[in-house]
Amino acid sequence: MTEETFEIELTVNGVRRTARAPARRLLSDLLRHGLGLTGTHVGCEHGVCGCCTVLLDGEPVRSCLMFAVTASGHEVTTVEGLAAPDGEMSPVQRAFQECHGLQCGFCTPGFLCTVTALLRDTPRPTDDEILEGISGNLCRCTGYQNIRRSVRRASELIAADPASGGPPAGEAGEGGR
Amino acid sequence: MKPPPFAYRAPRTLPEALAALAPAAPGTGSDTGGGGVGKVLAGGQSLIPLLNMRLAAPERLVDINRVAELDTLEVTGAGVRVGALARHARVGRSAEAAAVQPLLRRALAHVAHPVVRNRGTVVGSLAHADPSAELPAVLALLDGSVEAASAAGRRTIPAGGFFLGPLEPALLPGELAVSAFFPALPPRTGTAFVEIARRHGDYALVGVAATVTLDAGLRVAAARAGYLSVAGVPLVLDLTAACAGADAVSGGGDWEDAAAYARERVDPESDIHASADYRRHLAGVLTGRALRAATADAIDRAGEGR
Repeated sequence: MTEETFEIELTVNGVRRTARAPARRLLSDLLRHGLGLTGTHVGCEHGVCGCCTVLLDGEPVRSCLMFAVTASGHEVTTVEGLAAPDGEMSPVQRAFQECHGLQCGFCTPGFLCTVTALLRDTPRPTDDEILEGISGNLCRCTGYQNIRRSVRRASELIAADPASGGPPAGEAGEGGR
Repeated sequence: MKPPPFAYRAPRTLPEALAALAPAAPGTGSDTGGGGVGKVLAGGQSLIPLLNMRLAAPERLVDINRVAELDTLEVTGAGVRVGALARHARVGRSAEAAAVQPLLRRALAHVAHPVVRNRGTVVGSLAHADPSAELPAVLALLDGSVEAASAAGRRTIPAGGFFLGPLEPALLPGELAVSAFFPALPPRTGTAFVEIARRHGDYALVGVAATVTLDAGLRVAAARAGYLSVAGVPLVLDLTAACAGADAVSGGGDWEDAAAYARERVDPESDIHASADYRRHLAGVLTGRALRAATADAIDRAGEGR
């Protein structure tokens, strides 16, 4: 018996995308294999490592703990959608580069998405708020200190240029909240 | 690490959801899609890991994420009613809910990580009935209840009868937990939630939720604690006798009688994370900490006239 498939229509990084997939297709797999957006990394596939974190209607979620069919009709922002359309990196991305907030880069897409939302909701986080905010993302390389510095630096960059904080216009709206 | 195949339905209304969940009558096979027993998918933060690891293989998933009428959070003087689609993050953010029942927000801060709380639901956590999870212990401690609906009707299940065993809620095939009710905190009562986990955000080795009620003379009139990870279901202990007459203003003493009482009554198991003895020890230590914090909170609230 062939498996039933479903039409999935979602807005990814501001672009309307459609795909057909079985209900059990994880959002992470649809993004990577169905839509070719391999910036979203897949680590543990049970919600522990945080590498696959994307923004769903602006809120960070584990894309490995969501079926693509459930995300149908919603807006998704992946790490590919954080930079400006002309390729200029977002303040969070620039801060991670400046402060060496990554080494191998495997966990980085998850951190970037998580921190983008964290700083949108809490523009001037305390150290405790930073730690709580990134506590669900694992990094095996950095020991987290440079990531913490990166978040602080990103907060400064956004404060200096408030319009630059979020993903490009049209994303990260209040829609899903 | 991919889920096994399942039949999938995404109803948009509660009646549609209940029809999709109803056990398939013999011979009607494909009508309900896949037959067998339906399983509810809400936030998926516990269910999808189980599916990914192939520890569960339901024949049919009923995804309630599009049933808007279940996405509710109602706060009244009597308590907080949380609909089946209300995410942890929404409930935790609600100042109204925290004002009526502060223990809810305190406990939610310990549920996994912020990103998981964006998807996971309060009612889903209750229906998952993990004895290591925070919210079942809170519901049990507060004598809350779960409202269950099926194609046949509705019923209210008191917390005391809802948790039958590990991962075993008192929901029948075809029943959907549509909401949970957390009663308001009485006057002159404080709350606390403490837990010890290997890493922040992990399931607790032991956790304790406590409520302490003071009398007009600011002595402890009632003290109760709900325990997680020490038994197959959330354990609630009435510690009033062990705390009798403790003078709250002086800190209530060392709470050693209550801690000893708790150590005698918990029934933890050993696993790779901690031995039963260590969990028993933690239950005593955390009982003291939770009672101390809840008592201090009760004094604050009494001072504010609450």
